[in-house]
Amino acid sequence: MPDLTAPRAAAPGSPARVLTHSLVMAARCTRLSARNTDALLTSLILPVMLMLVFVYFFGGAIDTGTRYVTYIVPGVLVLCAGYGAAATAVGVAGDMAEGVVDCFRSLDVGGTSLMAGHVAASAARNAAATGVVLAVALAIGFRPEAGPAGWAAAAGVLAAYVLALSWLSAAVGLLAKSTEAASGFTFLVLFLPYPSSAFVLVDTMPGWLHGFAGNQPVTPVIESLRGLLLGQPVGGALWQALAWCAGILTVSVAASGMLFRRRTA
Amino acid sequence: MADEPVVETTGLEKSYGRVKVLAGVDLRVARGSVFALLGPNGAGKTTTVRILSTLVRPDAGRARVAGFDTVRDRREVRRRISLTGQYAALDEQQTGEENLRMMGRLYGLTRRRARERAGELLERFDLAGAARRRAGTYSGGMRRRLDIAAGLVGDPEVVLLDEPTTGLDPRSRQTMWELVADLAAAGTTVLLTTQYLEEADRLAGRIALLDAGRVVADGTAADLKRRVAGRRLDLTLADAAAYGRTAELLGGRAVHRQPDRLLLGVPTDGSASHVRSLLEEIDPERDAVARFTVHEATLDDVFLALTGRAAASADRREPAGA
Repeated sequence: MPDLTAPRAAAPGSPARVLTHSLVMAARCTRLSARNTDALLTSLILPVMLMLVFVYFFGGAIDTGTRYVTYIVPGVLVLCAGYGAAATAVGVAGDMAEGVVDCFRSLDVGGTSLMAGHVAASAARNAAATGVVLAVALAIGFRPEAGPAGWAAAAGVLAAYVLALSWLSAAVGLLAKSTEAASGFTFLVLFLPYPSSAFVLVDTMPGWLHGFAGNQPVTPVIESLRGLLLGQPVGGALWQALAWCAGILTVSVAASGMLFRRRTA
Repeated sequence: MADEPVVETTGLEKSYGRVKVLAGVDLRVARGSVFALLGPNGAGKTTTVRILSTLVRPDAGRARVAGFDTVRDRREVRRRISLTGQYAALDEQQTGEENLRMMGRLYGLTRRRARERAGELLERFDLAGAARRRAGTYSGGMRRRLDIAAGLVGDPEVVLLDEPTTGLDPRSRQTMWELVADLAAAGTTVLLTTQYLEEADRLAGRIALLDAGRVVADGTAADLKRRVAGRRLDLTLADAAAYGRTAELLGGRAVHRQPDRLLLGVPTDGSASHVRSLLEEIDPERDAVARFTVHEATLDDVFLALTGRAAASADRREPAGA
């Protein structure tokens, strides 16, 4: 019989353990995401299809004062990020519905590590999807003007948005009673960029929508991306975007911690 | 140390909403033993196991596992136990090996040690050939073995198995029984839940019979069997009149009644002399009893004998592979 003893690891609950748990969860969730072929392909193809539809079907009829593909790419990136991030809700809800959470909890894995794992997988998915969208955009005539600093800042804003929205989705996943309910949230997030400056100028919308479209969190994120990628001044939009992301992230982390404790009580 | 119970509960109570699931459960499990919680669905077995594994807090009472309180020192308890639930708990989209390595890493093993440990466990649980297959492709018995293997990455002192054989085919059930025996032989304390008297009898040194959130009997399998006589003599009576007469004669001794089939069951030890004397006593004229059969006592019989009523939602299937 092989040696059955295993050395005991030290210091349960220490920050080092939480970090290890989070990294192991990140590797797990990323692997599961990569193997969930259907969902992965959808998250890669859907944003590209939407971009092509807008550029080629509607683009001719929409006047934004610039080449439409150039106008729309930031919006598509944000839509893509939102869709990818919202899938976190489905993953979390799936875990909560299975015995795997008991398994993790009996190994003292906390809710934060589990959520962090799902968020990390979301970041990985989004990096891939963003790459695909950008590649297709460049192929169909998107010509960004940004220098290295602009690209870095744009990546930073997008990463902040993905992080905030993924964690929000994780909280929604804890709230949802089933994966089906959680996937409903995906559509809400997918829809959010429409009443914003993503695809058309806010001024062209009816007056009663201006308040929402101009001030909802997606708008400053898109405006920042557009400014940064096109080498234009971004003004206050960048700080507004980061403030929104920080706010959503803070609330979501706190809420998901609370919800996890409540769900597992 | 050896006399100190490794699992001890006093007055455990738990309600979900208005439903009282546990109404004061007291258990003592000796170190290195196999202990069975026997009872029908809804008796409170799973809730008890979840409290012992720190996943659920009791409303009242307390539980100590491996010397630590399951509420106050839940981290210490978690280091020393493993729980395998009724439902497969690992990721279907990860291979058996990936699942075990993940559990090892979560337990706190180094990458290298986790890989070695996964290899050892796969070997030991006869899963080495399927190590690189996704767990979703495993058979029911393989899944259950993988689940138990995952619980053993940290070499726990106490292994909690919630209905380890429910839903398994006879051969897998047999394998699982051998596995539990191996664990016990290696000195691990095993607490398992089951709906099958035979399984408890076969595996466990001590059995607690749980009914509606209470321990209604506690002892060795032999103790319990003595109280239900271990076997049941089923008598098919010749006609309704004979049934009525015999039922009256037996009164409370009849642990099983099926008037539509003219069937009465009485406890017996199964020996020829006992069966003969019972028949003589019940049917001295040799005209009332048409046929008889002798069965192993079922959970129903234990329930009837110990609680005076049928186990409401007990699964009536006999365990296969016996």
